[in-house]
Amino acid sequence: MNQETTMARQMLRPMAPWPLVMLVAPVLPVATGGGGALAWTQSPVALAGLLLTLAAILLRRAAPSALAEAGLLLAGVAAAYAVPLLLLGRGLVPGAGLWVYLAGATLLLGRVLRLLADADGAARLAGPALFGLALVLLWEILTRGLGVPAILLPPPGAILAAFATHAAELWDDFGQTVLTSVVRGYLMGCGAGFAVAILADRVPFLARGLLPLGNLASAIPVVGIAPIMVMWFGFDWQSKAAVIVVMTFFPMMINTLAGLRGAERIQLDLMRSYGAGYWRTLLLLRLPCALPFLFNGLKINSTLALIGAIVAEFFGTPVVGMGFRISTEVARMNLDVVWATIAVAALTGSALYGALALAERRVTAWHPSFRKR
Amino acid sequence: MPAAQPAPLAAVPTAAEAESPRTIVDIRRLNLIYQTADQPVTALSDVSLSIAKGDFISLIGPSGCGKTTLMRVIADLEQPSSGDVLVNGMTPEQARLKRAYGYVFQAPALYPWRNVERNVTLPLEIMGMPAAERRTRAGEQLERVGLAGFERKFPWQLSGGMQQRVSIARALAFDPDLLLMDEPFGALDEITRDHLNVNLTRLWLRTRKTCVFVTHSIAEAVFLSTRIVVMSPRPGRILDVIDCARDLPRERTLGIRESPEFQRIAHRVREGLMEGHSYDD
Ligand SMILES: Nc1ncnc2c1ncn2[C@@H]1O[C@H](COP(=O)(O)OP(=O)(O)OP(=O)(O)O)[C@@H](O)[C@H]1O
Ligand SMILES: [Mg+2]
Repeated sequence: MNQETTMARQMLRPMAPWPLVMLVAPVLPVATGGGGALAWTQSPVALAGLLLTLAAILLRRAAPSALAEAGLLLAGVAAAYAVPLLLLGRGLVPGAGLWVYLAGATLLLGRVLRLLADADGAARLAGPALFGLALVLLWEILTRGLGVPAILLPPPGAILAAFATHAAELWDDFGQTVLTSVVRGYLMGCGAGFAVAILADRVPFLARGLLPLGNLASAIPVVGIAPIMVMWFGFDWQSKAAVIVVMTFFPMMINTLAGLRGAERIQLDLMRSYGAGYWRTLLLLRLPCALPFLFNGLKINSTLALIGAIVAEFFGTPVVGMGFRISTEVARMNLDVVWATIAVAALTGSALYGALALAERRVTAWHPSFRKR
Repeated sequence: MPAAQPAPLAAVPTAAEAESPRTIVDIRRLNLIYQTADQPVTALSDVSLSIAKGDFISLIGPSGCGKTTLMRVIADLEQPSSGDVLVNGMTPEQARLKRAYGYVFQAPALYPWRNVERNVTLPLEIMGMPAAERRTRAGEQLERVGLAGFERKFPWQLSGGMQQRVSIARALAFDPDLLLMDEPFGALDEITRDHLNVNLTRLWLRTRKTCVFVTHSIAEAVFLSTRIVVMSPRPGRILDVIDCARDLPRERTLGIRESPEFQRIAHRVREGLMEGHSYDD
């Protein structure tokens, strides 16, 4: 009911006129090529694209629903993004008219995203995905169209190509850095932080001694300890794991300690009235109470561990690993490989964080921040 | 008829002694002083009380007079400053470790990560009861408090009164020697409250469980109790112990509230409370 009324209002709301700047485009040159400036009439593809986009804008009133309107406009936007890519593919340099067209289409995308944000279900999720895709396409068109040097910023297409040509290397780096160093260091660091927190909870003077040390440790820069750990533990994964342990131990310990103190007095009294001992109270009451804090620690540490491993590899590693790859390929000016490695790191980090966030949602669905009736 | 019932305070020795219920809680000259940051707070002052097996004792008194504190001392959740407490001839701690207490707190104290059924089975789990038996017990108790069908709900999906009923079911499920209930029905509407009062008195009659019950409702206290303990404002002292078992039948229905005996006892409780208040001023 409420959904319908907002939909109806959305459909009635007039479209902002800004996308119509593209009407200026036809008087400006579409591109410059071998023989100088190219008019729209000389490029049938560009003209077809522009007409398609304008047709979409004109026909949108006929769309039976907000979702249909979004689909129609999206087709217009897609055409506007395809034209520069096609022209670039033919070795042409985009001209002022094409940039105006692209700008208008990007404004049009804004309306599509607004329409999708008001929709529900899968369409709602399509919004962010489309936004990301548009960003990557704009990056590709701008870097290539404006001739940005690949040293500064390669187009995503080149990075993707580097993925294909360097697949084996990237996979080995991933195995060394993530599957070996990060996983082991993360498990050791989080495990130790958790275990020591349980101990410190029973032995209060330990907590009093360790907590200030935690503040100190969190201020240590990773570039400071990494070379020391490499000297202590050698070039292989052990030194990376050691760096990760130093970085993740205290966040986990501090979060666990805070979580263990989260149980309410009345809940503890209940356990006491049942004659439940320390371990049973820990297992049945205090740890479940601490879960949101534990997940907080695990999530923070998942990013810290990845950063720690990559940075530590700058200070010595067998000839494999993401940090090693970045440092050597930068020196060789192979920026596309560097960017591909960065992409792998970013994807891995988000995947780890996302997986933990999902697990948290499942395990602590009872917590006020996730509750649904 | 009621006169035929042996009074809980057996005055007659010998033959009646064997019959007479044995003392389950014995409190002698209890004092409790809370040490707070600014000044010590005397919560209980010279409290002596003995509770016989099968007794239903109501504690009534103004807010902050120490009713909760007294229950917490019995349940070994608070240490007295002086005086003795014996439960079944043991210290409260020994009794607690023998799982003698079913404590219904003033707030429901349910665990939000457990559904209703698993909240009720929590004490049974701690006792090591097999899973199948735990579930049948939980089912029975939830039925008794009118919450059959809510097993899979989570506490935050229930109203405050429903949550409190779950906590009552939880205390009943584990069949303790001593049921300690701190204003269990405080959050309920009049009708549900009456209904649960009738249920509770039936349950008590059937199981002969010893109950200590805190309430602010005079009618509730008279309806449920064998004896009513009237307490003074802070520092909590016992002003009066009123025997209801002598004049009211053991088996009670709501209709009894209209009877002259009931009114007379209620009046005496009110007098006691008012006396305490004037003393305070
Ligand atoms: N942990 C504590 N520390 C200090 N003082 C306390 C503590 N608990 C209770 N008190 C004080 O002891 C007195 C008795 O408290 P108690 O909770 O036993 O009252 P009550 O009779 O249960 O009141 P109500 O009917 O409002 O529940 C109060 O004045 C309170 O301020
Ligand atoms: Mg109280």
